[in-house]
Amino acid sequence: MNQAEKFMSGQAEWVQIGSVEEIPRLGARVVRTAKGDIAVFRTADDEVFALRDKCPHKGGPLSQGIVSGKQVACPLHDWKIDLDSGDAVAPDEGCSARFPVQVEGGVVILSLTPDEGCPNK
Amino acid sequence: MKEKLVLIGNGMAGVRTLEELLKLAPEQYDITVFGGEPYGNYNRILLSPVLAGEKTIDEIMLNDEQWYADNAITLHKGKWVEGVNRAQRIVRTADGSEAGYDRLIIATGSNPFIIPIAGNQLDGVISFRDISDVDTMLESSRKKGNKAVVIGGGLLGLEAANGLMKQGMDVTVVHLMDTLMERQLDKPAGALLKASLEQKGMKFLMEAQTEAILGTDQVEGIRFKDGLELPADLVVMAVGIRPNIGLARNIGLHCEQGIVVNDTMQTFDPRVYAVGECVQHRGQTYGLVAPLFEQARVCANHLAHMGIARYQGSITSTKLKVTGIDLFSAGDFHGDETTEDLVLQDPGRGIYKKVVLKDHRILGAVMYGDTIDGTWYFELMRDATDVSDFRDKLLFGQAHLGDSGHGDDNRVAAMADTAEICGCNGVCKGDIVDAISRRKLFTLDDVRAHTKASSSCGSCTGLVEALLSHTLGGDYSESPARKPLCACSEFTHDEIRAGMKEQKLKTIPAVQAFFEWKTDNGCSKCRPALNYYLLCQWPGEYRDDAQSRFINERAHANIQKDATYSVIPRMWGGGTTPQELRAIADAAEKYNIKTVHVTGGQRIALYGLNKEELPKIWGELNQAGLVSGHAYGKALRTVKTCVGKEWCRFGTQDSTQLGIELERMTWGSWTPHKFKMAASGCPRNCAEATIKDLGVVCVDSGHELHVGGNGGVKVRATDFLCHVETSEQVLEYCAAFMQLYREGAHYLERTAPWLERVGLSYVKERIVEDEIGRKALAGRFMYSQKFSQDDPWQERAKGAEAHEFTPIKQVG
Repeated sequence: MNQAEKFMSGQAEWVQIGSVEEIPRLGARVVRTAKGDIAVFRTADDEVFALRDKCPHKGGPLSQGIVSGKQVACPLHDWKIDLDSGDAVAPDEGCSARFPVQVEGGVVILSLTPDEGCPNK
Repeated sequence: MKEKLVLIGNGMAGVRTLEELLKLAPEQYDITVFGGEPYGNYNRILLSPVLAGEKTIDEIMLNDEQWYADNAITLHKGKWVEGVNRAQRIVRTADGSEAGYDRLIIATGSNPFIIPIAGNQLDGVISFRDISDVDTMLESSRKKGNKAVVIGGGLLGLEAANGLMKQGMDVTVVHLMDTLMERQLDKPAGALLKASLEQKGMKFLMEAQTEAILGTDQVEGIRFKDGLELPADLVVMAVGIRPNIGLARNIGLHCEQGIVVNDTMQTFDPRVYAVGECVQHRGQTYGLVAPLFEQARVCANHLAHMGIARYQGSITSTKLKVTGIDLFSAGDFHGDETTEDLVLQDPGRGIYKKVVLKDHRILGAVMYGDTIDGTWYFELMRDATDVSDFRDKLLFGQAHLGDSGHGDDNRVAAMADTAEICGCNGVCKGDIVDAISRRKLFTLDDVRAHTKASSSCGSCTGLVEALLSHTLGGDYSESPARKPLCACSEFTHDEIRAGMKEQKLKTIPAVQAFFEWKTDNGCSKCRPALNYYLLCQWPGEYRDDAQSRFINERAHANIQKDATYSVIPRMWGGGTTPQELRAIADAAEKYNIKTVHVTGGQRIALYGLNKEELPKIWGELNQAGLVSGHAYGKALRTVKTCVGKEWCRFGTQDSTQLGIELERMTWGSWTPHKFKMAASGCPRNCAEATIKDLGVVCVDSGHELHVGGNGGVKVRATDFLCHVETSEQVLEYCAAFMQLYREGAHYLERTAPWLERVGLSYVKERIVEDEIGRKALAGRFMYSQKFSQDDPWQERAKGAEAHEFTPIKQVG
């Protein structure tokens, strides 16, 4: 078993989605699921984050936004969303559900079960 | 170990410094504040509405006692600092309390000037500075029949008089000069103000010098130098303020009119800072909020050991609401034999505007009644812009014909709370005023962030600024001399472009490193700007950064509200063929297009594509010879035409062919903002060329070139540039103009504001008069086009940038 498979064995609902290299730095790719799209982001330092691909404002696709630092600007009306928490940056209020995501041996592994706490799942 | 910071003075400037410091370095200091008044920090400027009964003290508190507790700040209310031992670094109050410091901020504000005449200590003689003054005034107003005399017909005096009048008192304002508010208004505007106030019941005694205040313990009246006496139960002195520097002087700090500080707000003792009205910086003292908040920001930056901010002084204008009347003044509005006065006066509408020009530049301005253009005049003055090109329209203001999105009334004071101010976001006056009051907003950026008003297209910005001053009673809009590119940088667009060129910076990280960007990767504002500037500066060399492009340009399609995209193929000069139409129709049916729509740019748009479908539909359209219309880009959009000589009985030239040639030459070019052209076959101008960035109107003798028109948010008709004979010349002048715009405009500046900023004369010099320069500009444009004219649709239909259009994974 490779590192990724080791991580996944025994964990429910995790999926290998591809290599980190397939995600543009300061950008995102989309994971399409039956329950909706998940945006997977890669920062300049190769950290990976995953959020429900729906802005709390009017449902815009966060995956299409410009990424800076650990924030993404929603392409529809420029709301800033923090990648780590999924929260909109003050004074805007709202959140996009956060999905646990790991990188093991260069492979991105995503949980399809979002964290609790945000109604925008 | 935390350092100790002590703040002497609990007013707006000092506490703002603490707020800014807490944002930067919340854990660095143990903070102690000594304030003479028994309150938390409140908005002193809003004492006028409190006096007038329009607000309560609670509503004007900026930082209540809970705020200090929440931020672990020790507040000593009602304690006056008596001395500071700077050698041992200990602050001592009158009642014997002490506090040690590593850094000290003095923010002791100003003292009202009390005229040194007999009787100025009597009961009932007060100034108008703090809450206790307001309490005294309100108490006096409750005694029926009490008369009030306000000495001083400046801003503060008139606000005091107005408040007392609202509380039912008999009020007379006494003024030394012959004009009210002579610091801000000229004679005619002052006279209009006086007339308006007299109509409301205020009484005036002008050119009156107070000799003595009469009474034994309680004030009974006033006597003037000419012998006249007035009875008075309350005398309010509003004759000016002086920086409160007594303490600073006593402890050995260098003072002149104010406490002298440097560009980092430090006094000659580097551990001691001073901010606010008590300060003198580069010879200036300030009493308006915007400069003081700027000082606070710089001081906090230094205290936080960042040391990258610098206060270089402020040029200020004064936008006021005095008793409900809008006033504006800036600069030297009196003028002399060397200046020219431009005056617009409409007594029926209660409007007076004067602009003082010297050497074709605004020296000063004063406005009464309609102040919506105040910011515009102020910026022209601050930038020393030559106004010759639009001198004939200067007094009528900047508001363009047909500005959309917010009705047509500029007088915010008179608007109902339900009046929609921001048409893009549906924000009405009441929302904005409420947010300003409840959330303690001070600036345009605050309002944008909290209400979204003015944050989309920006056409209502003037109205929002007017609402700010209407609600807060003063000038809160900051018009900084230097407008940095964004919050990530201290540098302006021009500085960055120049540096890019001189230092041969060829990547976004290189620019950010050289200019010491405050953030790691920039932001959604600066990254696209830098990407464009680099592309423009280094054609063929710079590698475009897709991740720094807004989604539309990255995906080469316009994102819609439901995350689908539109597809708009190019139609050269607005013309098409049956084959092209068939290809578009076939694609529309095959891809189940929801809406087929003809655009303003004379082409056809298809709506409802999923992102994954884009490369496929593009490939099919390519088969019919169709290419991207760049309808989504800050780029050349279209060249509209009317049929011209080929068909039309009025056509003087072949405008259709000219339009096609213009489009063939310029398509693919990235520009600071969208660029639209048109070519009309005769002066009937059926292609509407005179609201285009560049428009050609064909005439019998050749072609008229028109520039700087915009047809959208701010409608602006073009300026006539010149006449040329041949269509080859049209192409050359067009290429030169586009390149001049590309090289000089700020990112997201359309040609209209760019032209107004640099002046038509400048453009004429570079494009019409300087033949060699024009050819060089045109040459640079054509060179850069070599790298721009590959159809992005075709590249992607063939598989380029596949990751942009496909999900990384499909699950289930």
